Order: sequence, then C-alpha cells, then structure tokens
Amino acid sequence: MRLELRGITKRFGSFTANDRIDLTVEPGQIHSLLGENGAGKTTLMNVLFGLLHPDEGEILIDGEPVRFANSGDAVRRGIGMVHQHFMLVPVFSVTENVVLGFEPTKSLNRVDYKRATEDIVRLSAQFNLQVDPDATVENLPVGLQQRVEILKALSRDAELLILDEPTAVLTPQETDALMAIMRSLAEAGKSILFITHKLKEVRAVADVITVIRNGRVVGSAEPTATEGELASLMVGRDVELTVEKSAFSPGENVFEIRDLVVRDDRGLVKVNGVSLDVRAGEIMALAGVQGNGQTELVEAIAGMRHVESGTILLNGRDVTNKTPREVLDAGLGHIPEDRQRDGLVLSMSVADNLVLNTPRRAPFARRGTRNLAAVHDNAQKQVRDFDIRTTSVDEPVASLSGGNQQKVIVARELSRPLAFLMASQPTRGLDVGSIEYVHRQMVNHRNQGNAALIVSSELDEVLALGDRIAVMFDGRISGIVDPTTSREAIGLLMAGTAGATDE
Amino acid sequence: MSEVATEPAPSAPSSAASAARRRWRLNSRSPIMITFYALLLGLVVGALVIITTTPAVLDAWRGIFHSGGGIFHALKVTWDNVGAAYRAMFNGSVVNPVSLWHSVTTGQNWEATLTPLSETLTYATPLIITSLGVGIAFQTGLFNIGANGQAVLGGVAGAMFGSMVHMPMFFHLPLTLLCGFAGGAIAGLVPGVLKAYTGAHEVIVTIMFNYVIYAFLLFSVLSTPFQLPGQQNDISRTIDPSAQLHPLFGVASGLRVNYGVVVAALVVAFAWWFLERSSMGFDFRVTGANPAAAKASGINAKAVIILVFVISGGLSGLAGIVQAASTTHYIDGGFLIGSAGIGFTAITVALLGRNKPGGIVWASLLFAALGVGGRAMQGATGIPLDLASVIQSAIVLFVATPVLVKEIFRLKSAPVAKLELATKGWGA
Repeated sequence: MRLELRGITKRFGSFTANDRIDLTVEPGQIHSLLGENGAGKTTLMNVLFGLLHPDEGEILIDGEPVRFANSGDAVRRGIGMVHQHFMLVPVFSVTENVVLGFEPTKSLNRVDYKRATEDIVRLSAQFNLQVDPDATVENLPVGLQQRVEILKALSRDAELLILDEPTAVLTPQETDALMAIMRSLAEAGKSILFITHKLKEVRAVADVITVIRNGRVVGSAEPTATEGELASLMVGRDVELTVEKSAFSPGENVFEIRDLVVRDDRGLVKVNGVSLDVRAGEIMALAGVQGNGQTELVEAIAGMRHVESGTILLNGRDVTNKTPREVLDAGLGHIPEDRQRDGLVLSMSVADNLVLNTPRRAPFARRGTRNLAAVHDNAQKQVRDFDIRTTSVDEPVASLSGGNQQKVIVARELSRPLAFLMASQPTRGLDVGSIEYVHRQMVNHRNQGNAALIVSSELDEVLALGDRIAVMFDGRISGIVDPTTSREAIGLLMAGTAGATDE
Repeated sequence: MSEVATEPAPSAPSSAASAARRRWRLNSRSPIMITFYALLLGLVVGALVIITTTPAVLDAWRGIFHSGGGIFHALKVTWDNVGAAYRAMFNGSVVNPVSLWHSVTTGQNWEATLTPLSETLTYATPLIITSLGVGIAFQTGLFNIGANGQAVLGGVAGAMFGSMVHMPMFFHLPLTLLCGFAGGAIAGLVPGVLKAYTGAHEVIVTIMFNYVIYAFLLFSVLSTPFQLPGQQNDISRTIDPSAQLHPLFGVASGLRVNYGVVVAALVVAFAWWFLERSSMGFDFRVTGANPAAAKASGINAKAVIILVFVISGGLSGLAGIVQAASTTHYIDGGFLIGSAGIGFTAITVALLGRNKPGGIVWASLLFAALGVGGRAMQGATGIPLDLASVIQSAIVLFVATPVLVKEIFRLKSAPVAKLELATKGWGA
C-alpha cells in the first residue's frame, strides 16, 4: 500500500501540533519518523489512524483520498497501529486478544477459537512472530506482548503498520528481534511507519527517514546519514540566541554528584553511574536527546526519585535520598520539566503559586497562620520584577499564557536564597520573547556568582547558556565539553558514537 | 464566598479596584447563582412530584375531560396544593408569618413562633460539623465516605466518658466533646494510615470501616458497663447532666436549640481559618489540587493524608457526640445509622456547599430546613415526608450538572471549571 500525507495540519487551540506535514510511504518500505518528544509525531499518527481529525490537508491511500471518521475506518482501509502503551486485555489469552472485536464465529454465535488459533499460528509462521496462542497476555514479557499487538494488526489485514515508539519498552535483545520482524514484514510487502527518537535504530532499519521538529518536517535523510547529522537535524535551531555573559570565573564546587544510579518506574536503570560537579558562577548545561536519563537524574536530585547508589552533595551537605522538603531547604531551586504538573497548581492564584514551596517561611506565615498581606505584596513585587503579565495576582495561574506561567516559576525560585539552581527544559514551548527573558534571568543569576544546572535538549540553548556542556547518552555522561565545541561534535556525543561510551 | 471575605487592603490601588469589581460580579455566571438556580429547579421538580401524586390535583385535571371541569379550576387546585405544601414546609422550618405577627403585636407565644427555627438549627448543628469534616477531605482530594462510622464511634466514645466518668461540668463537658473528637479521629486514622502506606483506596476502606463501627456500636450498648443497668435492650447509660449540651434558652422554653450551636460555630471558625488561612490548610489544598506539584514543593503527602483523615474523622466524631449530648442523652443500637445517616447526608451537603465553610453552613441549614419542613408538611397536607428527600436530591443533581442548569436558564458560559473541583478525587 502506498500512503501519502499532504499538508496535514492539526491545531489544539493556539498550539499547532502538526504544520503542513507531507509524507509518503511506499509499499514494502520502512519509513522512519524521527523527532523529539513533543515534536508532533504521535499527533500525526493519531491523525493517520483516525483518532484525530486534521484541520487541513488530506490522506491518500494508493492515490485515492480517504477520510477516517474513526480508527475503525482506518483499520478497514488496511492501517494497523501498535501503540506505545499496549491496548491488550491482560487476563485474556493471546488468541482472545487477537480476535477481540473481530471474533470468527460458528453456529449460535459462538466464538470459533479453533479457527482463531489456526489463523494465529499461520500468521506467526508467515512473519516469524513466534508466540504461544494459549498463553495469558499478562504472563508474557513485554517484547512478546508487542508481538501480540502486531499480530492483532496483521490479523485485520493491515497493509501499513504504524509502530509508535515500539522500542521504548524493550530490552536490547527484544529490540533486535523486533528489527528482524520489521524487515521480514517489509519483505512481505507491508509498509511500516516507524516512530522513534532513537538514532541507532533508525539507521539500522529504516529505508527512508523523515525528521520532524516543532510540528514541521525539517528534512529527510538516508539511513547512511551519520548519527551526528540526524541529531542536529532533530534538535535543530529555531531562534537566534545571544545572551550577554560576564567573564567566566568559577568558584568552589557547590554541587556534586558521584556515581549516581537511578531506576525509572519500570525498574530499568536510567541513570547509570553519572558523576558531575557544578561550581559557583557557572552554568553547567546538560545536553542530550530526551529519554536518555535526564528526567530521572533531575528527579533524583530534587528528592523525588529514589537513588539506588551514589551520592548527591549540595553545598557540602549530603542530600542523597532526602525528601523534597529537605533538598529545597538545603538550597535547591528547581524549575521542573513539566511545569504544569510539578511546578504549578493551575487552579490556584498567581500569588499562592509564587509561595508554593515557601508557604511557611517568614513573612508569608507566622505560627501556622498565613499572612495573606505579605503573600499579596510579594506577588505584586514579583509580577513587577519578573514582568509577569496578569490582570491581577488573584487570577488563577491557569489563565496565564505558557510563557507567563514559566515566569511565575522562575520568579518563585530565583527570588528566594538559593545555593543551586536546577532548571529542566526551562524554555520548552515558550515564545521567543519569553525564552529570551528566561535565559537572561538565568545568566543574571550566574553572573551574581551562583551555580546552575540547565538540562535541555535544545542544542542552541545549551550552547548559549552553558559554561561547560555535559552530554548525556543512555544513562551516562558521554562527554563534557566547552561551548566552543562544534555542533557536529556535540551531536556525535548526543548520539553516543563518540567519547567515553562502552558501546 | 470565602474568598469574598477579608482580604487585607492591597498596596496597589488599581488591582484592589479590579479585585473588588471581580468580587461583586455576582452575575448569572457565578457559581453561587448556579446553586440558586439549582435550588429553584429542585423546587420545580418537587412541585411536579406533588402534582403527579396528589389525588386532588390529578382529579381536577381529569375533570377537564370527564366532568367538564374548567382548566382554570385545575390550575387553581394545582396552585393551592403545591402552594400549601411549600407554605407548610416554610412555616414548619423557618417561621409562620401569622404566628410571628401575633407574637410581635402581643408579645406572647414566642416559643411557638421560634420552634421551627429552633428545630432547623438543632438538626443543622451536627450536620454542619460533619460536613465541614467531609469538606476538608474533599478539598484535599480525598473521599471520606466513612464520616457516618466516624460520627458513631465519636458518639460512643463521648457518651462513654459522659456517662461513666463523673466530674464538674467545667471539665466534664469539654472532655466529653474531646473524647468524641478522639473517637472519630481514631476511626479516621485507620483508613488514613492504610491509604498513606499501602495505597488502599480510601473509599473502599472507609465504607467497610463503617460496618465494623456499627457492629462495635451494637456490641458496646449491649455490654456492661456501657449498657444501661437493668436493661436487656440495646441502650446505653444516660450522659451526666454535667456532660450534656443544654438548651440555649433553658428546658422550660421548650426550644431544643442548644449549646451545640456554639460548638458548631467554633468549628466553622476553625475550618475557615484552617482552609483559608493556615499553612497546613494551604498544604492540604495544594495536595488536593495537584499532588505532583505538592510533592515537588516539599509537601509530605503521607503526613497530609493521615492528618486529613484524623481531622475529618475527628470532626465527624465531634458531630456524633454533639448529637448524643444535646438531644437524646443516650445512645442506642441504631444511633445515626438510619436510612440516610448523617455522614452520608454530609457528603451531599459538602458538595452543595462547594467544600467552603460558608457554603457548607448554608447548605446544612437548607437541608435541615427541608427535613424539618418536610415533617411539618406531612402533618399539614398529608404529602409524604419523602418529598423533602426528592427536593434535596434534585438540588444536588442540578448542582452537579452545571451544564444542564446553564442550558435550562440559557446562561452564557457558566464557570464549569470551578464547579468540577467538588467532585475530584475519584481518579486518584
């Protein structure tokens, strides 16, 4: 099947998730869609699978325009999707899961399990997808559960398979097996749309690579392209960033981590022996493609995730596995990656959000009673000092724009005495003006002799702000370089193909 | 409405002016107006029930077709019946205008005139206290479905102290009330600890814990030494006069309204301070509105969950002992367990009052008035008392579906987002 997307545009309110995307998938081709988290990949796939309706543009199958009212339409036209989070019934058997919704029946409307099982065995053999049809899904390892999803799509005669971040949950061995399956499917004439942000896999399996960023196609590449080229395409450059920095004169070590090991919620090691130090008057920028352990590292430092081994020293104090309260009291300022989830209470007022992590500190409270006048005055001052655009400090923070919401967090963190500032993706999703503003605040903070760790997957941000740049890949620091290093060299480090990696 | 109250004069005059403008913008989009419309719709639903179930009204309408009765006659009969029912309700729960006029002009019969209001206040007193407990839990994003069991345990604990320990009133009454609070707090502590440390869902645990407590209640009133000596029935000893909440105007007045009202007023003041002004209450509200941000801001979620249940359960327990110490002075096997226990009514009341102390006071008074008035209506017109429950339920249904109310009254964009808050917590 030949699939063509023409000018697909999808907006959510004022936010454009997909902006005039063109894409063609030839029969028997593995087409890789490469982009960072939030670049618009999943939105595009949901449009293609009939889960979302495009605002503009059209979808053509074998040259004929189609419109999908729902995912059922897409399935009938031969499109199958394997979601990032599996859509399986854990307590059902493999067979039951595969036939769910399309059960073959015999007389009296009974499900014909014999025929269903035969179909599965046949499909398994044809595409090299070995799995026991009678096994209960919840007892299968993740890799096999994924095969069940693929079988499910194939059993509905899918000609085009969409695999959404299929390797995110797989072990390296399972990933290799999946690659083999993808190749055999392509040889059998199926088209595959493979969504990922992992460069190595793309180069290993794709026939064609399309890179999207901020909802737009920013380029396409051959699988022969180097990982460095792909990485710099992915993180790209959107804004010209120049921030005045005073001369670099680092002081003593303020922050230090040694051999940190942290696991994610699924128990996989995401931070694998990271050591890092940040000095007073220095911005350490932590670069890297999303998903290489930065999120877990930041959460561990903030006291929100258990540290398996290693130590975190803040201002000479050991804050390893302390509670968030203790870490904050030790002098950490934290601008979290997901500002609406971790940084703000959207239904509460701007004034309350400005004292969110210091409600008990003088003068905001005395002996357990809040001093609302002080909270209010503080808010008036911050709104002025940090140029937060709001009609009133009593407005709920939800009514502010994204940039101003971020300014609320920046104001809150920078206005209290800090030993160390940690900012995670501090300008993601912000408009140019707000980006510039946030950057200037951070550099000011550094110019006053403070230490900061800025985690960003935007290469330009890293280069503009960092006094030193640490690059994280696969849970490790693949190199620490200074900001005069070329983009290509940093791209290589981000791809894990240069520097001190063991792969 | 609580945010309407005392905010210190802000320094910048422009923002003060805009804030003031915002506060007084009680137009059709305000949540308070939605509640008012819901009340109106509830009364309409009640009227429809009266129309369709009262034989006299139905006969009048049938008469149009059968015996040539006029449509105006039918409308008049309908108006008379519905009007009589609601009039009886109002007279029985607030004040009878005729009686009031008589008292004002002659200076006599004040007891009879004030009895409806006294009854409403008597019923509202424990309801206010329980609903505040439930409301505080709601604001923290937790569903305390166990308020009824907590009230029962508070009643039992308080009544035990009040009936089996003897001391002067100055110590006895406060300690009895404290025992009630402690009983409820212990009943709340268990689900709180289970939720905080094992993640057990508080709805399930509190519901089930209700039954454990009901069983304990029956056990306690059937065993020595709590059982009334010389009795075989499920009835407790009588609470000492030194531990009772006496009628405000003396026993001779015949008015049942009692010093429980003072307790309720203190609890309202505490709840308002706690939710709107205290640092701990701020932590609670942050936790309820966004648990992830609460964690990142250094709030100890486990401590908050346990404390919420201790406070929420404690207030329910306090309501239990207020009920026992003010009206019956003893406890029996069916204490507070009736068809709709106080703890369950409190959930609805808290919802109706949007979990704000002020709102909860009004909602409690409304529910108490409907209950008391319903009984008066049954006596006066023969329309069953259950009509009051129908109206109560309808009001809550309308409050819970602001979109529907908005449609019916053709209001422009009601602030739905604000209303959703009341029903948060199930997903967690």
